[in-house]
Amino acid sequence: MESSKGTEGLAGEIEVEAYRRLFPLPFYERHLLESVRPDARPLNRARDTTVALGPVASADGSALVKIGDTTMLAAIKLEVMIPSADAPDEGSLAIEFHMPPICSPSVRSGRPAEVAPVISQRLSDVITSSEMINLNELSLISGKAAWMAYLDIYCLNADGCLFDAALLSAVAAFSHLQIPLVSVNDDGRVVAVSGELTEGKSKLELVNKEKRKLSLRSKPFSLTCILHEKYILADPNSEEESIMDTFVTVVLDSWGQLVSIYKPGGAVLANMSTIKACIAVAKSRVKELNNILNESLSEMEVIDYYSKKSVVAQLHADKPPKEVTSEVQKSLS
Amino acid sequence: MEVVRADGRTPNQLRPLACSRNLLHRAHGSARWSQGDTIVLAAVYGPKAGTRKGENPEKACIEVIWKPKTGQIGKEEKEYEMILKRTLQSICLLTIHPNTTTSIILQVVGDDGALLPCAINASCAALVDSGIPLKHLAVAICCGLTETGSVILDPTKAEEQKMRAFAYLVFPNSPLSVLPKAPSAVDDEPGIITSVTHGLMSECHYINCLGHGHAACAKISEFLRRSMQTQLPGDLSKST
Repeated sequence: MESSKGTEGLAGEIEVEAYRRLFPLPFYERHLLESVRPDARPLNRARDTTVALGPVASADGSALVKIGDTTMLAAIKLEVMIPSADAPDEGSLAIEFHMPPICSPSVRSGRPAEVAPVISQRLSDVITSSEMINLNELSLISGKAAWMAYLDIYCLNADGCLFDAALLSAVAAFSHLQIPLVSVNDDGRVVAVSGELTEGKSKLELVNKEKRKLSLRSKPFSLTCILHEKYILADPNSEEESIMDTFVTVVLDSWGQLVSIYKPGGAVLANMSTIKACIAVAKSRVKELNNILNESLSEMEVIDYYSKKSVVAQLHADKPPKEVTSEVQKSLS
Repeated sequence: MEVVRADGRTPNQLRPLACSRNLLHRAHGSARWSQGDTIVLAAVYGPKAGTRKGENPEKACIEVIWKPKTGQIGKEEKEYEMILKRTLQSICLLTIHPNTTTSIILQVVGDDGALLPCAINASCAALVDSGIPLKHLAVAICCGLTETGSVILDPTKAEEQKMRAFAYLVFPNSPLSVLPKAPSAVDDEPGIITSVTHGLMSECHYINCLGHGHAACAKISEFLRRSMQTQLPGDLSKST
């Protein structure tokens, strides 16, 4: 408080941009008094979020997620493996989070970012504790073959809330995932059958009847909030994250159960009412994210349906689903 | 409703605590903290001149190095390092020694559940032993949630695996005051320094965990205070 008093006289004289650089905390505190943030958001409003499904054609499931400027690309590749002896009916998951140097000025090539392994670990913790994926569904032949799902998430632009964006992209990629067809070849190995071979040409018997999606039991969604004095700022960008140091990440599943409350230290102590307020903000955000994801999933289904009927010759992964849907409607009318 | 635990403890009973300080001669401060068979040895070196690249030179920098019992450091240990670093940063007075680095090295001696809380308690005792100025102490506890929804404290590894969910909670230590406790004391509003949870739970289960954890932390902080007050013979030579 003292520092803000000392600089108030100066504030009237220097340019706003210079003031923001020199005294970032008083600059933010002046905004918070008016219940607004420098990017014109109210305190508990998250940034605009988009989900695009299937941007990586070679992967079995993929998604590109943007929360404000934070961009995450998630892709899942399935490989056949022999399940371990103690869990013969279960497939397995391997989650990796990458932060290449392009994502942020603080990451330098050759030296991996400190936060990347931490976010990987938290992602696998949250995905396993939410029980989103039934590992039995990844089994092919009990004790002989099961799917190993490699989920790789690349951060393309790090502008705050990396975990939230990474989790959303992971959930979106899993909802987009289609399990490919497989059969047993002459050597007794399980091989994937590509789409064109299925029409009578292959003599091999298919293990699974048709391409299917995983039935996700529930979907975890998260919201990170910054605590500063008595204020709660939802979905901070990287500037806000660098100025204020207390974060609370609340992960809720689509049934409203708590998957994780993660608060690693920080100057502000969270008491019961703050935690409750964070959960309440997260609840409304989870609804919003669920709607965004469902919308892009249903658009995807429309495109899939018409591409099977060869109305759409090719899936336009580079176009947002909305444009493709309108294209489909045009070609139908 | 009583939950029977394998080692005959009641749900709210902690394992026997032990804390010994000033074990290492070369370190500026060290402590060994044990909760049953979970044992962590912590050593503090510093403050040393200069901060690491990318850290704020106007403040002291805290560096945490986690040494597992066997093998290489993995992702989970990296996460522990990050949580410990941020937790300890919040209790240290960072502006007193600007542009310095304090290293805290944690060696896991035994892991029988509740490893991270044990490490937080050990590093906190080691920081006190080294004389680094602190705002207050941090006291950590592990709360487990059983299938029936009841809370058990300080679970062992075997219990942790059977648990539906568990939470690692860190609270500031309870203040000791000579005045009798005022009726308006804000004891029912525990401030959380750190919270890490695993597994599905409902909101009221979490709040239940907070209540149980906070009550148990009062006991741990009482134990910590008592063990700090017993000055070891080695401390005298150090202070002179």
